[in-house]
Amino acid sequence: MAHFTKATSLHDWLNQRLGIDTVRRVMATEYWIPKNINFLWAMGMVLAITFGLLLISGIFLLMYYQPNIHLAFDSVNYTIMQEVGYGWLWRHVHGVAASVVFLVIYIHMFTGIYYGSYKKGREMIWISGMLLFVAFSAEAFSGYMLPWGQMSYWAGMVITNLFSMGGLHMDGLVEWIRGDYVPAQAFLNRFFMLHVLLIPLVILGLIGLHFGALRIPHVNNQDGEEIDFEAESKKYLAGDKANSKVIRFMNDFMSKDMMVVGIYLIFFFYLVFYHYDFAMDPVNFDPANGLKTPTHIYPEWYFLWSYEILRPFSTNVGLIAFAFAQVIFFLLPFLDRSPNAVPASRRGLFKYWFWAMLIDMIILTAMGKVPPEGVFSTIGFYAALTFIGLWIALPFITKFEKKV
Amino acid sequence: MKNSSRRGFMGKAFGAVAGVGAVASLYAMKRSWDPLPSVKAAGFTTLDMSAYKENELVVEKWRGKPIFVLKQSKEMLATEDKNMSQLTGKSTAEMDKKRLIKVGDDYFLVCVGLCTHLGCIPGYRPETKDFLCACHGGMYDDTAMVIKSPPPRGLDIPPFKVDGMKIVLGETSPEYEKMLADGVTLKV
Amino acid sequence: MKELFILAVVTVFTLVTYYLVEPFAHSHMHKHIESKGFAYADLPALTKKGDAARGKDLVMGAGACTGCHGIKVAGMPAPMDPVTAAQSYGVNPPDLSNAGVVFDPKFLAALIKNPAHALMLEHKYNAKSGKTFPMTQFYGAGGDMDQEVADMVAYLQSIAVPKEKLTPDMAFETACGRCHAIHYEYNLDGKLHPAWTQIGEKPSFKHKQDELAFETKVLDYQDALTKYLGTLPPDLSMYIRSRGEHYIKTFVEDPQAYLKGTAMPRVGVTAEAADKVVEHLENVGDSKRHIRDEVGKNVMIYMFIFAIFAILWKKEVWRDLH
Repeated sequence: MAHFTKATSLHDWLNQRLGIDTVRRVMATEYWIPKNINFLWAMGMVLAITFGLLLISGIFLLMYYQPNIHLAFDSVNYTIMQEVGYGWLWRHVHGVAASVVFLVIYIHMFTGIYYGSYKKGREMIWISGMLLFVAFSAEAFSGYMLPWGQMSYWAGMVITNLFSMGGLHMDGLVEWIRGDYVPAQAFLNRFFMLHVLLIPLVILGLIGLHFGALRIPHVNNQDGEEIDFEAESKKYLAGDKANSKVIRFMNDFMSKDMMVVGIYLIFFFYLVFYHYDFAMDPVNFDPANGLKTPTHIYPEWYFLWSYEILRPFSTNVGLIAFAFAQVIFFLLPFLDRSPNAVPASRRGLFKYWFWAMLIDMIILTAMGKVPPEGVFSTIGFYAALTFIGLWIALPFITKFEKKV
Repeated sequence: MKNSSRRGFMGKAFGAVAGVGAVASLYAMKRSWDPLPSVKAAGFTTLDMSAYKENELVVEKWRGKPIFVLKQSKEMLATEDKNMSQLTGKSTAEMDKKRLIKVGDDYFLVCVGLCTHLGCIPGYRPETKDFLCACHGGMYDDTAMVIKSPPPRGLDIPPFKVDGMKIVLGETSPEYEKMLADGVTLKV
Repeated sequence: MKELFILAVVTVFTLVTYYLVEPFAHSHMHKHIESKGFAYADLPALTKKGDAARGKDLVMGAGACTGCHGIKVAGMPAPMDPVTAAQSYGVNPPDLSNAGVVFDPKFLAALIKNPAHALMLEHKYNAKSGKTFPMTQFYGAGGDMDQEVADMVAYLQSIAVPKEKLTPDMAFETACGRCHAIHYEYNLDGKLHPAWTQIGEKPSFKHKQDELAFETKVLDYQDALTKYLGTLPPDLSMYIRSRGEHYIKTFVEDPQAYLKGTAMPRVGVTAEAADKVVEHLENVGDSKRHIRDEVGKNVMIYMFIFAIFAILWKKEVWRDLH
């Protein structure tokens, strides 16, 4: 039994029972971050804020959404969008945030790749981050089913068809996933459960893991310098803040985070109110019709690169390429054979690998959207081959990298 | 010192600005909880008063609640004096007329069919021209004034507006406002 | 200023991706058709000045219009109820009260003289197919046919509401309402407007049997319409969001340009009536647009203030860190 004394204040009372001072020190005021960072380091906070927006807007959507195939579309497009006070605001925020979160995820991911923040003790941060990407992808897909528009239905049809595994013809598995022969009530209800409960819980758990994995290796910095956090934090606490190489998470790092968040939210809310068609595709404003396929079906933009790797090849080859694309990013820390944990600009051939990968994924994204005809089809095919080629080349490029 | 106080001020100022945003968001959230326009629109029921028969209780619906409509016969209007309201001690003749709605040449009792004691639905007995609530034995006369406890007051009268031979429940009118002012009913 | 350079790189890659995925890709997926301003250039101009009084005699008499068409505003009810009419003709001949303000006079004249041609349905109704359009053309009343047609058009224009009084729902009901339903109710100016079916606004019912009887009538009508057109015209409740103003206006102007062989006729609305139809679809499918713009303005102003304060706080905190 710990020793409790008469409390001198409310703060003291709580501190004796919950150790809030220690929590504050460990989690905030003495959580040391390198000073040598740029605004890209704020993407984590931007993601947290965007996830928060998704949660809160989701709560209000959940109050009125009806997961029934006859009611779903109107519960969204009539009740929520036109009857509920500010219902349209929650729907617009939710739709735009669901799209923009992936832009920020990709920026966050490529920042990590550029600065080598996936190596030298930071592998679990990378892996938990990739798991978060998969979880967010599942969350986005399940959420997209809910309005039960034409795109919802046909995306559901096409993506669950992937599980027939091409030549293996595992139709039974596809029907089991759907709970029916086609996407219908059972399908909608279970994806509602996934979207509203199960996957958010998984995401929260993974965020905890992601933050936990960050503590021991510490946050990286712009030069990949190995910092003696003990010494530098002592310098800071002794009063020499200007020469210390580290800063406090709260309020130093957080004030810079908030600045980036402030500017980000201007851009975000501009999209919410004035420019949202990219996030709320017009085709999904047609109610689902199992007897009529839209002229053009395409996934949301953040899945396009992956979709385009599937498309140019024959069924079985495409599925293998697709599976490869989903898994290969996880293996980055292990395929990169160089010990250098410095920015790509100082890593010889890896610099070119980085920009080639980024540009190739943008090309794949663009080709995934356009109809697969003529020159687009050809470009997509070569872009897909390039993607596979780059990953195969990675171990060789990095093995012969000069040690920095 | 000056620096840290200015920093502290800036931090508090930023916090205040963020707080304004939070309050605005809370307002939007509160509005999302508000009853929907379609719910509020359904809060009006129109009754065609030409369809009712004397001393025959008809139960209508308004805002999900049962509404008693009882057309008063000449006999019922004449026997007001006999019914004493034990609780109010007031002259029942005046109270009765104040509780009834005149439509054309007829008088109607239109009230919420939920006992003012604990909310059960009282039953009407045409033979004795009174209401008996089975839950705890409370009784009301033919204008739904209390004649036996435990109900604390007569059955409540909903806001109404007479429109020719029709009554619209949910809308107010001078006649209804007078009932409120006279203490004949509480606001439903 | 390394950070600004990094920001520029991120912005450029984002904008390039956006451009390729949205404007570029969509331009390759959708036909882009320019509006022709509802000029109906393929139809002949009106050469004669019409006389409304003579036109009235023709419409009620030799023109035989009132044999199929009701004209409520002139006290002439429709000869058949909508369901029977649809079962007889395929569609319900429209009431002509507002035809004069909703439809282009050139179009009306051309329609009276050759309905299938004006409506651009000759791919369906022609000598080869042997199918005749339900509305018979006007063969003249013995005089100058162009003058007679101009007179009838003038009469229709005289009985219709003036242009300024044409409300969005009137324009929609006249131009589109016989084929397209709108099952969304909508709030406008404090009033809740009921859902629209092809046989009229859906009333509220006290008894379930009456409601079911009405719905049966609607389904019977829709069956007749489907048989006539080959498919049931879609409910338009959310069309303003799924198609957008430009598509709707250019589609209405010339359905064949987008969907060759479609059963939808060119309805021949004026440019102003088309605007009113779009406004109606906005009232039904995007009714919160004004609030959204208003709130959006305030939120943008707030976000700028928020960002400024965040920047000022950051500068203060980092004053002794650099």
